[in-house]
Amino acid sequence: MGKKSIIPFGPQHPVLPEPIHLDLVVEDEVVLEATPQIGFIHRGLERLVQTKDYNQFIYVAERICGICAFGHSMGYAETIERLMGVEVPKRAEYLRVIWHELSRIHSHILWLGLAADAFGHEALFMHCWRLRERVLDLFEKTTGGRVIFSVVKVGGVQRDIDKSMLDEFISVLDGIKDEYIQICNAFLNEPSVYNRTAGIGVISPEDAWNLSMVGPFARASAVNYDVRMLGNGAYGDLSDFQPILSNNCDCYARMEVRAAEVPQSIDIIKELAARIPAGDIAVPVKGAPDIDAEACNVLEQPRGECFYYAKGNGTKYLDRMRMRTPTSQNIAGMAVALKGCDVADVNMIVLTIDPCISCTER
Amino acid sequence: MGVFKLGKMTFGSLFKKPETVLYPIETKPQPAGLKGHIAIDVETCILCGMCDRSCATNCITVNKQENYWEIDRFQCVQCGYCITVCPKKCLSMDPNYAPASTVHKADRFDVPTQDAAPAKKAAEKADAPQPAAASAEDVEKTSEAVDSALEGKIALMDPEKAEKVRAALAARNA
Repeated sequence: MGKKSIIPFGPQHPVLPEPIHLDLVVEDEVVLEATPQIGFIHRGLERLVQTKDYNQFIYVAERICGICAFGHSMGYAETIERLMGVEVPKRAEYLRVIWHELSRIHSHILWLGLAADAFGHEALFMHCWRLRERVLDLFEKTTGGRVIFSVVKVGGVQRDIDKSMLDEFISVLDGIKDEYIQICNAFLNEPSVYNRTAGIGVISPEDAWNLSMVGPFARASAVNYDVRMLGNGAYGDLSDFQPILSNNCDCYARMEVRAAEVPQSIDIIKELAARIPAGDIAVPVKGAPDIDAEACNVLEQPRGECFYYAKGNGTKYLDRMRMRTPTSQNIAGMAVALKGCDVADVNMIVLTIDPCISCTER
Repeated sequence: MGVFKLGKMTFGSLFKKPETVLYPIETKPQPAGLKGHIAIDVETCILCGMCDRSCATNCITVNKQENYWEIDRFQCVQCGYCITVCPKKCLSMDPNYAPASTVHKADRFDVPTQDAAPAKKAAEKADAPQPAAASAEDVEKTSEAVDSALEGKIALMDPEKAEKVRAALAARNA
């Protein structure tokens, strides 16, 4: 029996794209307890609603995180539209969902690349990021930006996507799909990857439910919850939507769920691109939110449910803006998953929650 | 299960062109809608200052006295909000990136409004039919509306300040 000791993990660690610190209480290379600590990149962005008006804040909201940039601008805009009772044109809703699903594709492929890098498969990492580049090119052509898009505004969207561009979307995504299936084959059927991930970091469905876990992390533990099921915006017009679930509850299951969500997003984009209605892409929004008006909104970000809250005060500046991001929900689950694992598996478990610390700290 | 699952793709990569380009000898084509930098058409600009007031990063300065429009490229985040609020649509997004700079200096554009624009406006005015002189009744109605609006504002002020404003108004009316 060894002696208990504490190993600091992070905030700077090769596996972590962003800074989070973990105190790992270790005995004989087995983690007994993990205490996460955040706060290294807090920027106080929610406070900025008092100095930027509700139109300007959309450009702050999308800078909360580089990967969820589109989701945050969309979630914020929807919250303000609810706050002010603005009805968005149908075409704008469709365009938002198409871009949002595209950002889910790039986020998941990015994550798969990072996972490959974490278990030491460099070639797989390069192939994943090569595919992601094609998605970023689509963003660049339609929004003018690769990471920060600034294309959503309160009342609609700023740019339209014409028919020929939507056809290009579909042809590029079909091209990705073929190569993506080959990549997934390496992720899901390669024994070296399977041995590294299967049975590691298990969280039971009860724990996942009790710890309020969200997103692919929860769905890999058989929690049947995806905000897209609620049918907000253009999601309501989908012919069928079933969340992708897994009962294995381990790192392999989380990889499986994310791998399967990419083709699902491609199908959503194809369906919406085929049914997109003609018409305006934005309505003019004038005035300011009423005094003490409140609005809430939920959105399925690539990492899970994100909750938005806004309160007006009769001026163009909001009284309060609050976001509850998916990673802040999942950190508790991560601490539970780390209990009893080997020190060598810590990086894999931390990565499988897809931590987005910039979102968490804002 | 089985080993070497990525074999087909890796083997195929041997016979493909590289995904990357030999920058800076070769560059990728820029799409037409790329967010490069904010450009201004100085001929159309009326120096209204809407872009200055709406800019989220305060990178635009509009000076009506000295007739210039200035942008700090180091602060601009290319969000394009100024383009949407511009009433004359004289701002646009140029797809080319602004060239690199070694000194922190804002880009200044002189707006020719003093000589050309007023002369043009005066000519337009001369052509347009003159509006009929406002009747005394209309003036009375407008002054009543202004008074009621002022009363509303005074009611929201501190009592001391409100008294001062009332005294000043009375002096002006007298």
